[in-house]
Amino acid sequence: MGYKDLSPLVRRSIWPLLGLAVLLLANVLIAPEFFSVEIKDGRLYGSLIDVMNRAAPVALLAIGMTLVIATGGIDLSVGSVMAIAGAVSAGLIVSGVDNIALVVGGGLLAGVAAGFVNGFLVGYFGIQPIVATLILMVAGRGIAQLINSGQIVTFHHDAFEFLGVGYFFGLPFPIVLVVIAFVLVQLLMRRTALGMFVEGVGANASASHHIGINDKLIKLMVYCVSGLCAALAGMIAAADIGGSDANNAGLWLELDAILAVVIGGASLMGGRFSVFLSIIGALIIQTLTITIILSGVPPKFNLLIKAAAIVIILLLQSPEFHRQVARLKKKRGPKHAS
Amino acid sequence: MLHKKFLPLYVTSLLFALLFLAGSIQFENFGTLRVFMNLFTDNAFLIIVAIGMTFVILSGGIDLSVGSTIALSGVIIGVLLEAGWHPLPAFAVVLVLGTLFGAVMGAIIHYYQLQPFIVTLAGMFFARGLSSVISEESIPIMHEFYDDVAMFGFELPGGAWLGSSTIIALTVLVLAVMLANFTRFGGRVYGLGGDTHSAALMGVPIARTTIAVYALSSFLAALAGIVFSFYTFSGYSLAAVGVELDAIAAVVIGGTLLTGGYGYVVGTLFGVLIMGVVQTYISFDGTLSSWWTKIVIGLLLFIFIAMQRFLVRR
Amino acid sequence: MTTDNTLLALRGVDKVFPGVKALNGVDFTLRKGEIHALLGENGAGKSTLIKVMTGVYRRDGGQIVLADDEISPANTGEAQNLGISTVYQEVNLLPNLSVAQNLYLGREPMRFGLIHWRKMNRDARELLAGYDLDIDVTAPLTTYSVAIQQLIAIARGVAMSAKVLILDEPTASLDADEVASLFNIMRELRDKGIGIVFVTHFLDQVYAVCDRITILRNGTLVGEYDAATLTQQQLVSHMLGKELEKAVHEKVDHAEEQNREKLLEVHSASSDVLQPLNVSVCAGQVVGLAGLLGSGRTELCRLVFGLDAVKEGEVKLSGNPIKFTNTRQAVLAGMGLCPEDRKRDGIFGPMSIRENMIMALQNKRGWWRYIPMKKQRELAEHYVKALRIATSDIEKPINQLSGGNQQKVILARWLASEPHLLLLDEPTRGIDVGAHAEIIQLIRKLCEDGLGLLVASSELEELVEFADKVVVMRDRRKVAEVSGSDISQQNIMQAIAGQ
Repeated sequence: MGYKDLSPLVRRSIWPLLGLAVLLLANVLIAPEFFSVEIKDGRLYGSLIDVMNRAAPVALLAIGMTLVIATGGIDLSVGSVMAIAGAVSAGLIVSGVDNIALVVGGGLLAGVAAGFVNGFLVGYFGIQPIVATLILMVAGRGIAQLINSGQIVTFHHDAFEFLGVGYFFGLPFPIVLVVIAFVLVQLLMRRTALGMFVEGVGANASASHHIGINDKLIKLMVYCVSGLCAALAGMIAAADIGGSDANNAGLWLELDAILAVVIGGASLMGGRFSVFLSIIGALIIQTLTITIILSGVPPKFNLLIKAAAIVIILLLQSPEFHRQVARLKKKRGPKHAS
Repeated sequence: MLHKKFLPLYVTSLLFALLFLAGSIQFENFGTLRVFMNLFTDNAFLIIVAIGMTFVILSGGIDLSVGSTIALSGVIIGVLLEAGWHPLPAFAVVLVLGTLFGAVMGAIIHYYQLQPFIVTLAGMFFARGLSSVISEESIPIMHEFYDDVAMFGFELPGGAWLGSSTIIALTVLVLAVMLANFTRFGGRVYGLGGDTHSAALMGVPIARTTIAVYALSSFLAALAGIVFSFYTFSGYSLAAVGVELDAIAAVVIGGTLLTGGYGYVVGTLFGVLIMGVVQTYISFDGTLSSWWTKIVIGLLLFIFIAMQRFLVRR
Repeated sequence: MTTDNTLLALRGVDKVFPGVKALNGVDFTLRKGEIHALLGENGAGKSTLIKVMTGVYRRDGGQIVLADDEISPANTGEAQNLGISTVYQEVNLLPNLSVAQNLYLGREPMRFGLIHWRKMNRDARELLAGYDLDIDVTAPLTTYSVAIQQLIAIARGVAMSAKVLILDEPTASLDADEVASLFNIMRELRDKGIGIVFVTHFLDQVYAVCDRITILRNGTLVGEYDAATLTQQQLVSHMLGKELEKAVHEKVDHAEEQNREKLLEVHSASSDVLQPLNVSVCAGQVVGLAGLLGSGRTELCRLVFGLDAVKEGEVKLSGNPIKFTNTRQAVLAGMGLCPEDRKRDGIFGPMSIRENMIMALQNKRGWWRYIPMKKQRELAEHYVKALRIATSDIEKPINQLSGGNQQKVILARWLASEPHLLLLDEPTRGIDVGAHAEIIQLIRKLCEDGLGLLVASSELEELVEFADKVVVMRDRRKVAEVSGSDISQQNIMQAIAGQ
């Protein structure tokens, strides 16, 4: 059975999983203690746990971004939305709201509102996704600063800080949140027909229109989900440092999130998506960072390696590149034969 | 000649005039030549980058790498000067490298049919990464030539100053207007943004034009990096973070359609000036905080995008 | 070989695409100062032939001779430089540039190394004056109607020292006056010695303006004729490849319309692109829609399905007037539409056969009531078997199937949604012979099961085979209706030809 006979799902999954496996293996070879996990006070510690914990915000963003990209869109505003949600929650706490449900609910509401604006502009206004979400990318940080009155707002609220630093069944809570978000989105997408409609709108908007799928509403929905995920990630970031920093919260994370989805094998043109593989993508980005540190390469090479990774993945996905490789093989083929 | 196609240009320039007028009425010392000239002095590098971005956006693309390119240019200049080079050959090196960098991105975008935003995103990481690999520390620039250039300028009435950066930016502006509207290359760029397929059928060399557009953008970003180093007297790998967003915002507020094909280089100048005047207004006011700049720019972006949407649909 | 006035000659031109021979030894001769119609049904090879002439495609055999020199243009620019210009239906100019820029793009008048705008605008005005166009040449192209844009495209083509001007369906979106003025200009250009190749679907126009006619069918040359001596009936029979005199099939009377329940009634309904017309479909009846390409078949399907808005008149389904604002309402009302352009409007390329099949049913049920995976598989397996779709695996992406099998999947998509009325727009287009017969059988069977079907087709043979009634369209209006034993290829063809 050759590679071509494998089911598309398996074929798509192989590369990201293989990539992660290779990176993990490299880490173990460099630092044998990489896989070791200790239990202290009923909590798990170790490099692996650390990788997952640090990857959590990007993984959350990637969950929402996956759906957006599946419809053929993009959401550049998620980093700014993180800042807004963090600022809203911090603002609520500082103004004396103690009820954790209200604090978290406020942050999530801000995320949905942002997603609604994006989705409305894309779906109902017909504005290009890059353009539509650029508005909030620029203005979002200003709004967050407005909420914070330009300060870094620090707070103490044990229940809220639990989001960032708490442990649940021995696992850091951000990891648990990623798992919860993943399961919820997976249920919503794969136990209802939504996932299929999302893929349909991305694969062929005209065909969707022809059978009466409400593509506008679907688009609105995915941007709202993306806003929700970003809000959750923003609250984790705020809870982690016990404060809301509108300037730096989620800065450039939209790019990491897009990268995670692309590494997960999704096409930027829309269509097939896998939330699971996007999370693997987020893990790969974080593991790569660790690998760089462990292997003694100075962390300043981080961005360069990331850039190389993007280019390689893009080329691997480009049909033209495949044609060139095929032509090269053809040219070489006869030479070997003769 | 009033013409409908210049409408966004009128709106932008009128908006700038109104904002400037509002500031002048409200604050003493606002409506002076000095404040006006400072808008140019403070934003010269942004004007240069945004002009390059205008060409990219007119052609239907986008370039996220320009901020990093500015930083990289500064760092390379810093390193070369440290090694004892004279600034002029260092500038030449930076400009040539910048142009090549853009050309490579353009070639990848064209030949592999990849989306400009993701390719230039990789370019952004690459340039930023390379600058931090070269030096993570800020490199101070000390050279007589720099002092001379920074001091160079003309005193205008009312204590206003026409400095070297402003002169460079305005020269770039004039050349860019000629390039965009008075050469065949300009027509091709507009054609590419209007309808790539038709442009190809009409004999526009798509590959060459695409590559040239990104090369031009990176060339101007490198030039902006040089101008930027005149203010900071340093090369720093974390400089000019987010400048690509300011440049894109300036282009859009300047009336250029983000989907390509419509817009004017002069509009971009007004786009930068509007952003500058908002900033100046806020600093004059004193009670308003700096984050209002971002919100106002976001609002302006929204208004212009909505307006363009409406105009295109007619 | 070349006589004095032969301008462009194609001899034995071949063009092969993977799996298809699009052109098979085609000859074509264009003389100086003539308007030469190039005709043929969809897939006949007209557009391939044009693309070979204009350098979009490279020919795989034969030769092209332009004024005694053999040429092989590698791209449209090169063809243009040689003197072959093309104007397409969807005007291939740049909408955002000014009229003058469009006329002179790539050869702008220069002064001191810069574009001399004043001269360019002046020249443009003068040039267009030759076409009786007095417009503001500095305004963007989009500000003008398609008709004017087309004239500008022609002016550009001619001004680039064209010897050969190819007009690819230029009249498709023009009204009668605009067509008339276009014809005047074509005649003027002809009198100046330019050779014009005219591709159109409107047969009246062929006779109005053309000197000679070349007909293609299935990638081969049928013949070259003088317009003056070829009757419209002969023309249609050449295009469709049928002899009009052929014996008439005896048609079994399938439905006595009066007794049946009227499923669909279109009462003098019109849309932006369709003249008011009446059509009715009963349960258990197949109504065929005949007519050449562009005659309004597709537009009628779109109107009924709610993709285009009804402007006047009304459409009734099972006696109830319907006004769909989106297609989901049509699906919920029990309709299905297999679109003409399968790839563009039908299939979800990267998605599996199973998903492609259940998509319509799922949308009918709503997103919340997801069809259980087991049921989905059963449905998919059932239809794969019932429609004999050649695939090993229902999870295969649909874009890996052949055209015929893709079409069956789309049919299955609608059958799974249990419709009362199916609209099939060219269901057998681009499908191999075996699958073709199967789909026709299927149409008959569905009809026996009590479905109403409205089937648009350009193949008369199949219409005669399965239709109980045939509505004939021409120039976006209904021109005839034949039913029962009157249905014959000859009758339909005569109606299409307008006799």
